[in-house]
Amino acid sequence: MSMKFLNPTRRQFLAGSAALGAASMTGLKPAFANVDWKKFAGTTLEVNLIKSPRGDILQKYQKEFEELTGIKVNSEQTPEQQQRQKAVIELTSGKPSFDVIHISYHVQKRQFEKGGWLADLTPFLKDPSLTEPSLTESDFAEAGLAFAKDQNGRFGGLPFSVDYWILYWNKDLFAAKGVEYPKTFDELVAAAEKLTDAASGTYGFVARGMKNANTPVWASLMLGYGKSTVENGTLQTDTPEAIEAATLYQRLMTKSAPPGVTGFNWAECQSSFLQGKVAMWLDGIGFAPPLENPQKSRVVGKVGYGVMPKGPNAQAAPTFGDGIGVTEGSSNKEAAYLYCQWAISKEMGARLLQTGSGVPFRNSILNDPEVRKNVTMPQDWVTALSESAKVSKLCLPVIIPVTEFRDVMGVGLTNLLGGADPATELKRATEEFRPVLARSES
Amino acid sequence: MTTAAPTMTRLAQDAKAKKGKSRLKPSYWPFVVPALVIVGAVIIFPWAFTLWMSANEWHLGGDQRFVGFANFARIAGDQRFWESMVHTVVYTVLSVVAPLVLGTIAALVFDSKLPMRGLLRGIFVMPMMATPVAIALVWTMMFHPQLGVLNYLLSLVGIGPQEWIFNQNTVIPSLVLVETWQWTPLVMLIVLGGLAAMPRDPFESAEIDGANGWQKFRYITLPMILPFMMVAVIIRSIDALKSFDIIFAMTQGGPGTASETINIYLYNVAFAYYDIGYGSALAVVFFIVIITMSLALLYLRQRTKWNS
Repeated sequence: MSMKFLNPTRRQFLAGSAALGAASMTGLKPAFANVDWKKFAGTTLEVNLIKSPRGDILQKYQKEFEELTGIKVNSEQTPEQQQRQKAVIELTSGKPSFDVIHISYHVQKRQFEKGGWLADLTPFLKDPSLTEPSLTESDFAEAGLAFAKDQNGRFGGLPFSVDYWILYWNKDLFAAKGVEYPKTFDELVAAAEKLTDAASGTYGFVARGMKNANTPVWASLMLGYGKSTVENGTLQTDTPEAIEAATLYQRLMTKSAPPGVTGFNWAECQSSFLQGKVAMWLDGIGFAPPLENPQKSRVVGKVGYGVMPKGPNAQAAPTFGDGIGVTEGSSNKEAAYLYCQWAISKEMGARLLQTGSGVPFRNSILNDPEVRKNVTMPQDWVTALSESAKVSKLCLPVIIPVTEFRDVMGVGLTNLLGGADPATELKRATEEFRPVLARSES
Repeated sequence: MTTAAPTMTRLAQDAKAKKGKSRLKPSYWPFVVPALVIVGAVIIFPWAFTLWMSANEWHLGGDQRFVGFANFARIAGDQRFWESMVHTVVYTVLSVVAPLVLGTIAALVFDSKLPMRGLLRGIFVMPMMATPVAIALVWTMMFHPQLGVLNYLLSLVGIGPQEWIFNQNTVIPSLVLVETWQWTPLVMLIVLGGLAAMPRDPFESAEIDGANGWQKFRYITLPMILPFMMVAVIIRSIDALKSFDIIFAMTQGGPGTASETINIYLYNVAFAYYDIGYGSALAVVFFIVIITMSLALLYLRQRTKWNS
């Protein structure tokens, strides 16, 4: 794919540099120098955000965008599940009430592509009057591009924040039993079992057991066996690798996890870990800030952040991601694009990273020593992040019925915790889901 | 007599004219129109549309096509639907019986001459005033197997930790516990109304005849408050049958599908899987179930009226 903004000519490069220099002399912020930000002054944008620390950051600094562009922004944050439902219903109508939408690529990518709900941002990315020179395709992490681009190479939204799954570990509990951080799945099991002491209410491992929420846990383990849940449009959920991953999930969750884990979502896992009762917790890196908050946590300063241990066939950091895009039905597409560009700008990305609210997809932000210097999270967290980026792999399948996939597989996984046979449960769930997947693309 | 005849004739004519006065009636119609429009728009149209959708296959974001009764045929073979039906029945029965028994006992207690009766009654009805989702969040924390206060309290009396809503076998009784805590006061208020309306004479006669406390309750109080208890049963049944907020906020139908009632299932189908056609078919079936049950309960209520 050839893109002008990716390969600037010498003249364009010089023009860009000159403009950058001039802008810095006039006091404009360098990151926003080359674009005619005031072009759409007076426009009003409706922005639909997911309730999250990412949404909070965008709202907190919204005034800066309004001052920069003269565009008025009305933004709204809605809890994740409700936001997804509301968005789909509105987008189906063809006349959504919002211009900009914050989406969860790992759930909605294929659905949005099939519905044609997001405007193609590729022409805007090529337009120097709309896009600052530092925003180039090569600046995005590979996972970000895999999320944002459709099969024809068009950008449906811009990659906003990535979430890698990591292993949180309690250094005190590990030290007390003389256990080292596990580097492989076998070591993970051994450590989890050694650290479990039901009599004192301490457990070696916790992860989501609740239906739907538990599917990414199993899918994460499956990546270590070298398989994704769907490959080339075909379900891999009853393959030997899937069954091995489910057996591992069953063992960890029945032998080393706290009682009642069957009903745990991330919040219950986080509570147990915050209380210092659990030695390891597998979940998204974005859940870290409360662990270092003395008002909420009993494990401040004791938490280790580790990259996902290596499986028998691969080491993979399960990857999830958010994007921010412009709706096809919007009549203010260019102004809305400016908002998206601002949202993933260096300044905003740095704020995201420094507060631990999210992780930008842009390498130029992640690798900037100045940005890193002011990160409030421990150094371990930053290291886990960089290490995860190197072995990043999309965790959930890029299909339309992601929620139904998570539910159907999730019920099978929950049954495992009650003692069911992994092979039988996965075969049953796969057969149940197969027609749903076939119908979705027909 | 001569004057009477024309009078009669006039009366007859008037009556005839009155009969034919239906030409005046249409003038009343405009007053009914706003109500008709509203009923049509908010009740009849959504229902007709749901019925129509139930005969279509339509995923949001995809194409729509007419499939006749195929969605209903799918329901017949849908194991998850039948499981959710069983959960709904178990949940409803428990959520009606427990508050009914406890509410009636509470009403009898508050009907007696208790010191500080008004204050205690006020405290007792407080759960009813709280928002279900807020209640659900608080109870979820209390139910936490490791950190919840309930297991701590049990440990004080030597009972081991329970898994409450986090176990497939105990999740429905635990949810019913919350439902009972919230809605026992409503039953108490209804039955208390019945107790206040009771005549004293039968009790005096019974006392003269030497009836003991249990006999007075069994043969006088209970039959007399039965119609009120039936009202409570009808209200609670309909409420429990369509209960959504507490279950959704606490378990979302889990663990697995152990607390998934029809309501939760059809919500998932329509708004999580975006399968609007099948979700509508489920809604139609659920509506028929509610109507049938309500009619049965209304019939029972007629049977228990004082005058029958």
